[in-house]
Amino acid sequence: MHDSFDFDVIVVGGGHAGCEAASAAARTGARTALITHKVETIGEMSCNPAIGGLGKGHLVREIDALDGLMARASDRAGIQFRMLNRSKGPAVWGPRAQIDRQLYRSAMQGEILNHENLTVIADGVEDLMVKNDTAQGVIGESGTAYSAKAVVITTGTFLKGIIHRGAERIPAGRVGEKPAIGLAERLYALNLPIGRLKTGTPARLNGETIDWGKLEMQPADEVPIPFSYLTDQIEVPQIACGITHTNAAAHAIVAENLKRSAVYSGAIAGRGPRYCPAIEDKIYRFPEKTRHQIFLEPEGLDDKTVYPNGISTSLPREIQDAFIREIEGLESVEIFEYGYAIEYDYVDPRALDVGLQVKTMPGLFLAGQINGTTGYEEAGAQGLVAGLNAARFGRGKPHASFDRAEAYIGVLIDDLITRGVTEPYRMFTSRAEYRLSLRSDNADQRLTERGIELGLVGASRAEMFHVKQNALTDGRNKLQTLAMTPNAAQKHGWKVNQDGQRRTAWEFLAYPTISMTDISKAFPEVACLDQRTKDQLEIEAMYAGYIERQKDDVAALRREESLALPGDLDYGQVGGLTNEVRAKLEHVRPATLGQASRIEGITPGALTALLAYVRRRPSRTRANG
Amino acid sequence: MALRRDTICALASGPPPSAISVLRVSGPHVADIIAARCSLQTLKPRHATLVDLLDEKGTLIDSGLAVFMPGPASYTGEDTLEISLHGGRVITELALRSIMSAGARLAEPGEFTRRAFEAGKLDLTRAEAVADLIDAESEAQHQQALKQMDGALERLYAGWRDDLTTCLALLEASIDFPDEEDAPDRVDAPVRETLLRIDQALKDALVQGNITERIRDGFKIAILGKPNAGKSTLLNQISKREAAIVTDIPGTTRDVVEVRLTIGGYLVWLSDTAGLRETTDIVEAEGVRRAMKAADEADLRLWVYDAREDFDMSVVQPGDIVVANKSDLVAPKDVSRETLTIVAKTGEGVANLEADIISHISKMTQNLSAPMITRARHRQGIERALEYVSAARDHLKLQSGSEFVAEDVRQASRELGMLTGHIDPDTVLGAVFSSFCIGK
Ligand SMILES: Cc1cc2nc3c(=O)[nH]c(=O)nc-3n(C[C@H](O)[C@H](O)[C@H](O)COP(=O)(O)OP(=O)(O)OC[C@H]3O[C@@H](n4cnc5c(N)ncnc54)[C@H](O)[C@@H]3O)c2cc1C
Ligand SMILES: Nc1nc2c(ncn2[C@@H]2O[C@H](COP(=O)(O)OP(=O)(O)O)[C@@H](O)[C@H]2O)c(=O)[nH]1
Ligand SMILES: [Mg+2]
Repeated sequence: MHDSFDFDVIVVGGGHAGCEAASAAARTGARTALITHKVETIGEMSCNPAIGGLGKGHLVREIDALDGLMARASDRAGIQFRMLNRSKGPAVWGPRAQIDRQLYRSAMQGEILNHENLTVIADGVEDLMVKNDTAQGVIGESGTAYSAKAVVITTGTFLKGIIHRGAERIPAGRVGEKPAIGLAERLYALNLPIGRLKTGTPARLNGETIDWGKLEMQPADEVPIPFSYLTDQIEVPQIACGITHTNAAAHAIVAENLKRSAVYSGAIAGRGPRYCPAIEDKIYRFPEKTRHQIFLEPEGLDDKTVYPNGISTSLPREIQDAFIREIEGLESVEIFEYGYAIEYDYVDPRALDVGLQVKTMPGLFLAGQINGTTGYEEAGAQGLVAGLNAARFGRGKPHASFDRAEAYIGVLIDDLITRGVTEPYRMFTSRAEYRLSLRSDNADQRLTERGIELGLVGASRAEMFHVKQNALTDGRNKLQTLAMTPNAAQKHGWKVNQDGQRRTAWEFLAYPTISMTDISKAFPEVACLDQRTKDQLEIEAMYAGYIERQKDDVAALRREESLALPGDLDYGQVGGLTNEVRAKLEHVRPATLGQASRIEGITPGALTALLAYVRRRPSRTRANG
Repeated sequence: MALRRDTICALASGPPPSAISVLRVSGPHVADIIAARCSLQTLKPRHATLVDLLDEKGTLIDSGLAVFMPGPASYTGEDTLEISLHGGRVITELALRSIMSAGARLAEPGEFTRRAFEAGKLDLTRAEAVADLIDAESEAQHQQALKQMDGALERLYAGWRDDLTTCLALLEASIDFPDEEDAPDRVDAPVRETLLRIDQALKDALVQGNITERIRDGFKIAILGKPNAGKSTLLNQISKREAAIVTDIPGTTRDVVEVRLTIGGYLVWLSDTAGLRETTDIVEAEGVRRAMKAADEADLRLWVYDAREDFDMSVVQPGDIVVANKSDLVAPKDVSRETLTIVAKTGEGVANLEADIISHISKMTQNLSAPMITRARHRQGIERALEYVSAARDHLKLQSGSEFVAEDVRQASRELGMLTGHIDPDTVLGAVFSSFCIGK
């Protein structure tokens, strides 16, 4: 079937959202173009070169389960792998790695430049082509028009981006990049709700001028655990990071110069992230703290640049020099680049639907930091969803989405389109109400099957997945049929109720005191299962009771999700809503009753009224008609 | 038009005839109705104004005081009109008919309060209290409903939820910010302490709730004793009606007869039971079984015996009342001073007995400061919350992982949230960021 379009999908911007969007669209078979300023900056980490962490690591595993790129690229570029929260249960383990910038860029570029169905074009995008109120392509700085059935915009902080450092003001997306004026104007002309946010970054240090000998070092995990289900083993050499602290002298300098910080001089209107405060915020808001921790993170194996994690700032250069040199180990440090705060516009994501399509402009999709999020992982996850749905849009298919009980990706998108953002949005495990089932260890079991159905998952991963699934099913069956009396269990030293009830190996595993190793000793049939399968089943059994308990909640969630609210619903006609509630509903236009219930400030009373109205509507309409 | 929320009206006061009747109208058409049916076209908001109420032909129905309260500052959140007329049957009938013909319909029971709830004017416990306040038959019920309507329950439940939120903030900070020194890494001790406190508070509430539920639903008093002791006579005497059959044939009463009445400001359910004795009659035996059950479930047990006989004190438990009946048939000197004596047949001494009953009930309610649970719905929610809190405490004890503790605390908080109808997932992160300096 041939048509006059140059491409099925055009993705604008080669950052983290853009790469996943382009790859996702191309994987489903759409003829895709990725248009970005410079091919060399594809996969660039604009800030701290680290991937993963709590919630974020979960997103990376989910992207991988859907055959996305981020996990694989990280495995080829990670120089310090650490599994966070090892001391807690696996549901809240967070895989994280310090990344070598260059290795990451080349890994990502390797994927993108050799991708089936994907053309990479170096051009700045200046405008959108709109026909019949539908996005149908873009126009480059070069003047070239590129037509497509759908467009995904992933341009990061380019909307009115301004860098602040003391009294300095530089309009920019990132240092050294110019903001795209034409495209920005087009987006403003769409009259989407726009908000303003800010974020910051610390100075970059010369690692050769740091006195490492004085500092406590934090090594990588002995056995690095990869992000991707496809990676057997990490081959990149692993390094350690340094730990130091601010002190009274440094605090005094910052406190004295608070007024000169762009944040405190009143120059910045945008809201910054509470979980990533600048050092001046920390000192101002928590004056009782005498010191703050700083991680000194090398940016690469062959790169002497060091990222001092914990002291992001927008103080003037000379103040940065002064306070940083008060810090232990940094007494004579050389600063490569000074820290700054960046303020930028974002599109209120409540203007988007569950496929990340702009509700008022079919064919136009937005993903990444432009939607008010922060972080590579959040950007990548959105990119995947937007790319997938842009491709589906081109084929006339409805959006595919993931719900809150299924994936962190679902939590992310639902939070964005339902609640909007008031600070740069970052994922946390505490945002996921089904945290115990949305684990980083089982992302493939939750999502790969869906990914195969959606055409996102390639043949080799699909095959590996099925082999793994079969092994798990076999193992699970064994554990659930092998059984033992309490009396026999006691002989193995297990403390169980001597009630004469036979219990299965699976039930014994649920005891916090009985491990898979114990089970393997007691049941030789289990011992011969391979280690990965055993590990996985041990985790499953541990949470099985809770997941069973959540089934009712999940069913209730899905029931509410299945109650559709018409997109053109006239909330003025629904009685009993206060003006405030009505305004909120009109702003978000929730697609389902479930989504309505999660809008901030929607009272149970309002939901009752909405439910009653929607239930009443069809019969009344018939009666009238 | 049919889709639009309609305007409702109803007689808000008791049935006529009465001195005055209050009609209430609420909904989007109130202003139109005023313009169409009142002698004044518009009414000054929140002012009592004397108006003539007219029918559709413009004929005078009655004059009365009308108050117009524009939404959203009204009980229902909608435009509301209240008009006081003379409380005649015909007047109210005509007035309602006139208002309905101008675009209102008759309200369903509870619809005004339902609208108030839907408009977010009341939380669930307060909405329940409105119903209780109207239904109150006893002073104690009235007092309790007033406190609940004032938000006593809402505040209590919200307070527990705040404590749980604090726990969650600690737990979540330790989970989501594992690498940071500023995040609390040892959260067990403060969480354990708070959970212990909430566990105790919930248990206390359940115990106390027994009594508040009793105030709302009535105290159960069982009259017990041998056949022919005069139990049925006593029931009839206290309730002042012939509720139970009285004969001199032992074993007359076979089923439990319940009478609902108020004594000293408390609502009580007084039940007369079959006399307790060995019997071969299957119907009577079943009656005895039911009597035992009633005795078990009663909040207060009243033992009656014939003053001419001995009474076996071994059946009496602390808190029971024992009365000697038929004292008219014995010489005064033979009656023990310790026990209450009555003549059920004539009512002599029954006032003393009632005073004794009241003092027993007051003792049960004396420690009741504010209501904690007033309905089965609250009890169930609190029972479930308690289960989750206990599970969380077990996980802490077993060190099975803070994700488990957090999960149970979250569920407990949700159960309490459902009681008042307030649920907001973002509160926890808010609490985290305001308490700790986190972020690299
Ligand atoms: C100062 C700062 C500090 C940050 N600190 C952190 C941190 O510590 N940790 C963290 O996880 N995240 C951090 N972030 C956030 C993280 O960098 C972003 O969230 C993430 O990179 C967003 O991905 P993206 O794909 O949306 O945009 P980007 O990665 O910014 O990619 C946008 C791409 O679009 C291209 N582009 C823009 N306009 C056009 C156009 N008109 N035509 C063609 N191409 C265009 C750009 O060249 C770029 O390649 C920080 C961001 C900033 C700005
Ligand atoms: N003289 C006298 N007779 C009583 C009194 N109370 C009850 N009786 C009589 O005792 C008999 C049994 O009374 P009843 O109430 O049916 O006893 P019950 O079996 O305990 O319910 C009836 O004939 C009553 O009239 C009392 O106080 N004095
Ligand atoms: Mg009787």
